[in-house]
Amino acid sequence: METDRTDLNLSLMLDGNAVAGVLNEIFALEMTTSPVECANCGREGEMGTLLAFTQAPGVVLRCPACENIILRIVQAPEAFYLDLRGAAYLRLKSLSAG
Amino acid sequence: MKRILEWQIATVKSIRQETPKTKTFTLSLPNWVRHKPGQHYDVRLTAPDSYQAQRSYSIASEPERSGEIDLTVERIEDGEVSSYVHEVLVVGDQIELRGPIGGYFVWEASMGGPILLVAGGSGVVPLMSMIRHRAAVGSTVPMQLLYSSRTPEDVIYSDELMRLQYSQNGLGIIITFTRQSPSGWNGYKRRIDVPMLREVAGPLGNIAQAYVCGPTLMVEAVANGLLQIGLGSNQIRTERFGPTGSIG
Repeated sequence: METDRTDLNLSLMLDGNAVAGVLNEIFALEMTTSPVECANCGREGEMGTLLAFTQAPGVVLRCPACENIILRIVQAPEAFYLDLRGAAYLRLKSLSAG
Repeated sequence: MKRILEWQIATVKSIRQETPKTKTFTLSLPNWVRHKPGQHYDVRLTAPDSYQAQRSYSIASEPERSGEIDLTVERIEDGEVSSYVHEVLVVGDQIELRGPIGGYFVWEASMGGPILLVAGGSGVVPLMSMIRHRAAVGSTVPMQLLYSSRTPEDVIYSDELMRLQYSQNGLGIIITFTRQSPSGWNGYKRRIDVPMLREVAGPLGNIAQAYVCGPTLMVEAVANGLLQIGLGSNQIRTERFGPTGSIG
């Protein structure tokens, strides 16, 4: 069961959980349980299940099925840049839902 | 529930050396919010030149303890945040944090079971919050912890885990040592593998959910092993810590 893929990127990989703080800052919602659909392969899953790469100037979230980039976040001094073109949709809980 | 995450200043109430490489910090929070077991806090350090470093640390304590939280932090070689909190932080100091954060890698007694917990090293921390919560509310949900540790002295919370195992119905604790085991040890002495997962999971019957937390490569191997013994991917929740102890 020992994995032979020991490249650095794999060992640095985290989960969507790990970026829950910055997602909350952007969306003002708990986002790790929000469903998202991969625009490449159509996999649907919670944000917490995505693969997260954070050892870079920005944050990259990839699909665990096809490894397509779903979301990129770059934090500049006064703004966030959000690239979501890898998502077919992202479901946000409505505030009136409580 | 909508809640803007605000940074707040916590005060270090006590510090406990758990193992040679880990310490538990009990922090008093002015704006304490009840957490769900498995959630984390973001800790932020700011240097005089306003350079900031931020890391996530899992909550070790149960949510039934109000007003304060325990964060257990493993010291990482060259870790700019973990080495600061290990070497500089003393009782009475203040530290900036925000949380609780995350809704995916969480378990509460109301979610039921049976539950399989698998930890590698300091990956036991968020799982300990689940175990302590289970005990605090008197839950009898079947729960099994499989904990992989290098040596006996690296086992975090060992006394408490043994005590809980004997006092709590339906809670099992199984440790495997990967480098050095106690003399006369009859238990597992190897990395977690498929036969071990099958043996540990077997008595639980139909597992509702498995929570796996530890270094990334260990989590990958265990998650694949759980698929091999028949769990569905929606029954496996993972929290990867990266190459070493902390998240990020």
